[in-house]
Formats: sequence, C-alpha cells, structure tokens
Amino acid sequence: MTGVVDTVAGVLVVAGSLLALLAGVGLHRFGDVFTRMHAATKPATLGLVFVLVGAALRASEEGAVMKLLLVAALQFVTAPSGAHMVGRAAYRAGVPLRISSGVEELRRRPAAEDDATT
Amino acid sequence: MIPATNLAFAALGLAALLCLLRLVRGDSLADRIVAVDSLVLVVVAGIGVHAARTGDDVYLDVLVVAALLGFVGTTTVARFIERRGA
Repeated sequence: MTGVVDTVAGVLVVAGSLLALLAGVGLHRFGDVFTRMHAATKPATLGLVFVLVGAALRASEEGAVMKLLLVAALQFVTAPSGAHMVGRAAYRAGVPLRISSGVEELRRRPAAEDDATT
Repeated sequence: MIPATNLAFAALGLAALLCLLRLVRGDSLADRIVAVDSLVLVVVAGIGVHAARTGDDVYLDVLVVAALLGFVGTTTVARFIERRGA
C-alpha cells in the first residue's frame, strides 16, 4: 500500500512544481500587470495545493497533515484577495493597460454609477 | 520518491529564477509585488516538497507562517501603491 501512496504523492509533488514553473513562465509571457496576475495567482495556488496534498499523503503524524491542509485552505482564501488588492491599487495608481489585455470597461462607466445601488 | 522530489526542486528553482527575473525587470511596482508574492509561493512549495521528501514535519510551522506573511506583505504594499502611485 505504501508504494501506491508514495507514487501518488510523487506525482502530485511533481505536478505542483511544474504548475509553479508555469506560473513563473506566465509572469514573462503576459504584457502588463493585470494579465500577469492571472499567471501569478491561479496556477501557483493550484500547484501549491498539489504539493501540499502530496506532502500530506506522506506526512507521518496527525498534526503535520492538519498544518498542510490548513495552508492549502488558507491559500485558496488569501491568493485571490491579495491579487485583487494589488490589481485595484495598480489600476488606481495609473498603471498603463497594454492593448493585449483587452477592453477597459472600467473607464467608460463613470465611478458614480459603480457605487449607485439601484 | 527521491527522484520525484529532485525534479520538483529543479522546477521550483527555475520558477524562483523566473520570479526573480520579473522582480528585477518589473515594469511597475505592482509587477514587483506580484513577483514577490509568487516567489513566496515558490518558497512555501519548496518547504512542502522538502516535507514530502524527508517526511519530517519540523518545518511545517514555517510553511504556515510564510504563507500568511506573504499575504500580509502583499496587501500592505498594495495599500502603499494606492498612496504613492506605481
């Protein structure tokens, strides 16, 4: 039985690391901050969760498994909110959008209309 | 298990190198934060791979703290950008 668990853990760990590598590559392939954030958060978070689950499979005692799964759960909550804050701050600070990132709808609608709760 | 974690460490090393490259070349401050945030993720993943490789759970507390500090740091600097401008 432990052989199967080890191979599954190994596959998960390698898949997670390759996803983290994908995130690193994505940082360079995209044009501006807003598209780069997609690369930096999504695959990196999934890769990290794969690695943590792989490590949890091989962890020896109960406390270790809980810590690993805790970090995986935390990562699902913190990564999107952190990236959202950076994106909003970058947009407000006037970081230029490259044309590759598509239409800038936020500019066409006046800010007042955003906050209006009709 | 050992060759798998060797491959994992190699991939994580390359990912960290790419993040550092983006950190140096970052067009704006926001790019640098995104790079540092994914660098922290790579570090946390590295600790996870180490825990998977040796099976010791000494460093798992570092894992939790590093993941949280990465988030706190990102949000703090995000607030800083809003005031200073990228």
